[in-house]
Amino acid sequence: MSEAFIVGAFEHPTRRAPDKSLGQLHAECALGALADAGLGLRDVDGYFWSGVMPNLGLVSLTDYLNLKLRHFDSSDVGGASPIVHVNHAVEAIRQGKCDVALVTLAGRPRSEGQATGTGARAGNALQPDSPWESPFGPVTSNLYGMCAMRHMYEFGTTSEQLAWVKVAASHHAQHNPNALLRDVVTVEEVVASPMVSDPLHRLDCCVITDGGGALVLAREEIARSLSRPLVRPIGRGESIMGQDGGRIDLTVSAGSRSGPAAFAEAGVTPADIKYASIYDSFTITVVIEIEDLGFCAKGEGGRFVADGNLISGVGRLPWNTDGGGLCSNHPSNRGGMTKVIEAVRQLRGEAHPAVQVRNCGLALAHGTGGLLGARHSAATLIMERL
Amino acid sequence: MAEARIIPAPAQNPETEPFYRAAAEARFLIPVCTECGKAHWYPRFFCPFCDGKTEWREGRGEGTIYAYSVMRRVERPFALAYVELAEGPHMMTNLVDCDFDTLAIGQKVSLVFRAADDGTAVPCFTPSGG
Repeated sequence: MSEAFIVGAFEHPTRRAPDKSLGQLHAECALGALADAGLGLRDVDGYFWSGVMPNLGLVSLTDYLNLKLRHFDSSDVGGASPIVHVNHAVEAIRQGKCDVALVTLAGRPRSEGQATGTGARAGNALQPDSPWESPFGPVTSNLYGMCAMRHMYEFGTTSEQLAWVKVAASHHAQHNPNALLRDVVTVEEVVASPMVSDPLHRLDCCVITDGGGALVLAREEIARSLSRPLVRPIGRGESIMGQDGGRIDLTVSAGSRSGPAAFAEAGVTPADIKYASIYDSFTITVVIEIEDLGFCAKGEGGRFVADGNLISGVGRLPWNTDGGGLCSNHPSNRGGMTKVIEAVRQLRGEAHPAVQVRNCGLALAHGTGGLLGARHSAATLIMERL
Repeated sequence: MAEARIIPAPAQNPETEPFYRAAAEARFLIPVCTECGKAHWYPRFFCPFCDGKTEWREGRGEGTIYAYSVMRRVERPFALAYVELAEGPHMMTNLVDCDFDTLAIGQKVSLVFRAADDGTAVPCFTPSGG
């Protein structure tokens, strides 16, 4: 059995791309990550993708990129999908199903004027839940709003504590020249921003951007022949959580299953993690995931994130040092890809010097997909630098 | 009180038909397992807890607010909620005919049917009187 390594990572620098096609964005991301690894499209024999081209999108993109594949996977579980794809690529490489795996994500919701947080998502009328829910107007921001309301009710979490998540992201984004929002914001500015859906303010919500990213994984012999630092996935977990037949608990996510699974496989604990990328679709998402991953007890997340505890060089858990989805980038409305990329940068020592974690040998990337207030997925990936 | 949001009609299918036929007669049905006795939501023909068969029974139409969020960034603000039904399940719904700023988790609510844009009776809730 050959071990799998992450050998290439590339985040598209664009945040608004009206001048580029969706295929072009995918190709630019793929070529960027392959160039980073020192490989080319001809080397790829495994492709992992899901996104905004339903049905035969994987087939279409494979043909567009002119890939010659032995293995592919288009698992689509929303924003966590790229992390799921990395997890599945590790498995495929270990089983000998492919040697070089490419994972891509791209989208242009900003150019297309998509109201990601407040508009209904199209194309779900065939889902069995739809007839029972769509009349009531569940959209992204009010579903996450309900999670925040319940978390506040059960644990006393405050809007100011949630705001600290955005504040930390903004402290990091000021150093990222590609970030959409680079201004440092204060707790007061977050809670004074317009209410979107109670209790989430505008600055509790992530940005809408065009762009994408890609990752390349390879088996050990190939990885060692390349000139990039060796980043090895050592723990993986994934899960899906819904309403449990009407017993939904809005304060707990599928991360409570994917996180422990990843830690168990890796043989490490949350206290060992030097850097964490955690999907920040909303500030409340980070609070709930930090609890479910075991960085603090359930209910303590609000207190954990307060007072700069997520700011690199300041707090206990350096987090989303690229500025995350709250300030930097949220391509295709899916946060999973950029989460892995920044973790890889940290492990390679290639994050911005102002936010680079010293001796970053162990990092975590975690994403959720779908809607925490209704039904959702989660995926966790723990990586080490050799 | 803001002008009420227009409720889009639910997509119907063979599994939803008995519920909405009863709703047209102002009866609120919930699915209950004939084997383990548990009610569940959203409705399915099988019990998601024990795989048993279910039957429709008339629900009390009473509950408490488990969680809610008032969507403000739309022309007609509305309150999305989960109501914990007296029979147990948490049910996604809208809170209607109320001052959104006085809603609270734990508040008692009662069922009211509201007409969707095609006339279909849709189960909503409103704070219980008194």
